[in-house]
Amino acid sequence: MRRRIPIWVMVATVAVYGFLHAPVAALMVFSFNDSRFSASWTGFTLDWYVRLLERNDILSGLGRSLLVATIATVVATILGTMLALAIRRHQFRGRRTVESLLYLPLVTPEIILGISLLGLFVAIGFPLGVTSVIVAHVTFCISFVTVVVVARLRGMDRHLEDAAMMLGADEWDAFWKVTVPMLAPGIVAGALLAFTMSFDDYVITSFVSGPGAATLPVVVYGMARRNIEPSINAISTIIVVVTSLLLLLADRLRRPAAAG
Amino acid sequence: MKVRVVELHRVSKTFANVRAVDTVSFRVDEGEFFSLLGPSGCGKTTTLRLIAGFETPDADGGEVRIAGARVNERRPYERGLGMVFQSYALFPHRDVERNVGFGLEQRGTPRNEIPSRVAKALELVRLDPATFTKRMPAQLSGGERQRVALARALVLEPRILLLDEPLGALDLKLRKQMQLELKALNRSLGITFVYVTHDQEEALAMSDRIAVMDHARIAQLGNPAEIYENPRTAFVASFIGDSNFFEGEVERANADAVMVTRATTRFLVPGDSNVPGGATVRIAVRPEWMDLFAVGAVPEGENSVVGTVAEVIYLGETIHVLLARDDGEPLKVALRNEGQLANPIGWRRGARVAAAWRPEDCQVLAEDP
Amino acid sequence: MRSRRRLLAWTARRPHLPGYGLLAPGLAWLAVFFVVPILLVAGYSVMRRGIYGGVEVGLTVEHYRRFFEPLYLEVLGRTLLWSLGATVACLVLGYPVALAIARAKRWRQVLLVLVILPFWTSFLVRTFAMIFLLRDTGLVNRALLTLGVIDQPIQLLYTPFAVLVGLVYGFLPLMILPIYASLEKVDDTLLEAAEALGARPRARFFQVILPLSMPGVVAGCLLTFIPALGSFVTSDLLGGAKQVMIGNLIQSQFTTARNWPFGSAAALVVMGLVLAIVVAYLRRPDREALVG
Repeated sequence: MRRRIPIWVMVATVAVYGFLHAPVAALMVFSFNDSRFSASWTGFTLDWYVRLLERNDILSGLGRSLLVATIATVVATILGTMLALAIRRHQFRGRRTVESLLYLPLVTPEIILGISLLGLFVAIGFPLGVTSVIVAHVTFCISFVTVVVVARLRGMDRHLEDAAMMLGADEWDAFWKVTVPMLAPGIVAGALLAFTMSFDDYVITSFVSGPGAATLPVVVYGMARRNIEPSINAISTIIVVVTSLLLLLADRLRRPAAAG
Repeated sequence: MKVRVVELHRVSKTFANVRAVDTVSFRVDEGEFFSLLGPSGCGKTTTLRLIAGFETPDADGGEVRIAGARVNERRPYERGLGMVFQSYALFPHRDVERNVGFGLEQRGTPRNEIPSRVAKALELVRLDPATFTKRMPAQLSGGERQRVALARALVLEPRILLLDEPLGALDLKLRKQMQLELKALNRSLGITFVYVTHDQEEALAMSDRIAVMDHARIAQLGNPAEIYENPRTAFVASFIGDSNFFEGEVERANADAVMVTRATTRFLVPGDSNVPGGATVRIAVRPEWMDLFAVGAVPEGENSVVGTVAEVIYLGETIHVLLARDDGEPLKVALRNEGQLANPIGWRRGARVAAAWRPEDCQVLAEDP
Repeated sequence: MRSRRRLLAWTARRPHLPGYGLLAPGLAWLAVFFVVPILLVAGYSVMRRGIYGGVEVGLTVEHYRRFFEPLYLEVLGRTLLWSLGATVACLVLGYPVALAIARAKRWRQVLLVLVILPFWTSFLVRTFAMIFLLRDTGLVNRALLTLGVIDQPIQLLYTPFAVLVGLVYGFLPLMILPIYASLEKVDDTLLEAAEALGARPRARFFQVILPLSMPGVVAGCLLTFIPALGSFVTSDLLGGAKQVMIGNLIQSQFTTARNWPFGSAAALVVMGLVLAIVVAYLRRPDREALVG
């Protein structure tokens, strides 16, 4: 739909974009501010970034977040891709129900995911720690991966594997030589999405991590509540930059497969 | 000695209580251009997929044989057939050379041999290797993709090539050109073509024999002339070309001709001793086998009906005259245009005319299967 | 190779096998770690509260009864009200933006990325950015002080206002994207036809564009309302102790208050609400897919 854009629409758009980006932009700018109490610019400094390196809680939180996100992403991507293939490529009874079930975790409020998993772990006596966090993250990441891969599969010609089979490739060869290369960008995009979701998660993690297994968001949350120094601006800036880059990459790869 | 490269013997395929293919039998001879023709949903594509191996026949005794050997249990990659798909199904992530060379790779053809064989296949389909080898499918036009799909199948030198409505997405002119090229390839390479289409003109133009399918069964099998000039059922008579239909009761005149009466009209129709006296039958007459005469001036021995001219349609090559028969049914007569400016036909709207045809130009139709 | 072919032939004779095989692991995981836990919560909600905060055997509906007391109903009501308010605000702010993106030619990709990016970047960071802006020593107060509009910092943080702004800020992209998707599909020729029939710009908007964008509007409202309903971080960080939403209530029951059954009951009520909305949405005859 392309027509002239009325002035008021343009003004509103600019204002909204400003609203969406100004807060974080300000946060990032002031991470370089040489004043502890912020809000007035007193000079440029990298002190707050240097401070980060001294904070063991942040560093270990970061390490744990990376570990959890990596493992959770790998598992969720494998399971999620398999589910996507099952839904789009195969007929089975109750397919509709399964599709709906798959998307349920996406609409379930995080708080409920958090408490329910806590309940499960306590009920079976599973200790809370890094492993429980990984399990929780896999659980909510699967659906993200599935959604992205399904979208990619939608654009794929169903006959590509058939064509490969007529040319002498059996199902295994056809899958690895034709389907996987076509799906790869979608799988990677889904993985990137899962990684980011896992890396950023606070609510669910806060319930299932227990003491001593704090991930970066948990640490940052504590800092935000207590409202301490601008190092929080610094770590926020780093998080924003890294995840933005990852997401730009994911967006590039997300487009559906081109027609054959 | 005709070799039967493809044989279907009482093959059926059922999907969730629906019979997509119902006890179909036919054979295809080596080098033939064989078409499966019918409207969507008639089972022609499923039949092709049964030959290809993507579907397995129902376990009720139906057999698919390739070159004499039973292949029901064989997977598509074990049957040695070539196939061109309706959507072309080119691998988007591979360039033209690696698309066409895919089958060669699968067979373990030495790397250094592949480019030359690919080039030869591309030349067969009139694509210049130098221009096209490194292009990606997304950069090709519809016609070019179709040729690449063809080359990809032909490079493996299959004995039999299956084609699933390959020309459907092309514009008219390109389609007609490709029809000629496919027919030429069929002749020059000696490869047997099994071709699926819903376009009856296409089937008539290219095929040696046609199997007309309707509701999971073969309605008629024969060469184009047989199909067109002697349609066996009402379905075939109306699906292929146009037909005018008449209904009536059988009244035997003598051993080799059957008379059909309708109200007060009597038609003389070629004999078919299987039809019992008193039975209700339908006959079909094609518009181009009819001619128009003044009422009462019909030549001796010809069948005729009287009607009023409803519309005269100028189509360039032919003139269609639409009549309203006295019993209300429409009738279409196709006359060759001898030049309306110099030699116009005399009939105008509202005129009373007689449409007539020779007895041997009509058929008694069998019941639809 | 031989054995692989034999295995493939064996699976080919059982066409249902590959599908179930691919489905099983993921489905099993979700069954164990998603479905079962929620059932557990449902179970907890009707059990007695244990002395040490856990659960004891014995069925009861006291927790549900307690939830529907005025004190807690107020929390639910507040949550519904704020979620609704945030949704409406997002709609008002988001629709023009979606319109602008749909009509843009050169800038469309950039505009889209600029909408998607904030949503996917750390929610925590964005919420903290709001704190940074709204607190007494924050930018807004600073600016107002400098401009002389006020001479003392005003309380912006830890107010309902802050929570509302936080909710809108957080979920605005989720409103914009579905509306954009709907608008993008509006065929230009429809508008041209309307114009040819004499419709002026305003009529064209209300009679053609708005109705056709409805699926996107509905989807956007759902994608805003549902997360807002269950939101926790926003009200905790921006609202402080006094602005309690259902999410905070549930959280406190599972941590400080140590009343798991009651928390479970509250959680189940929220879950029920969410499910009801989603089911109602999916039953609509002209629904567009929510995802994919």
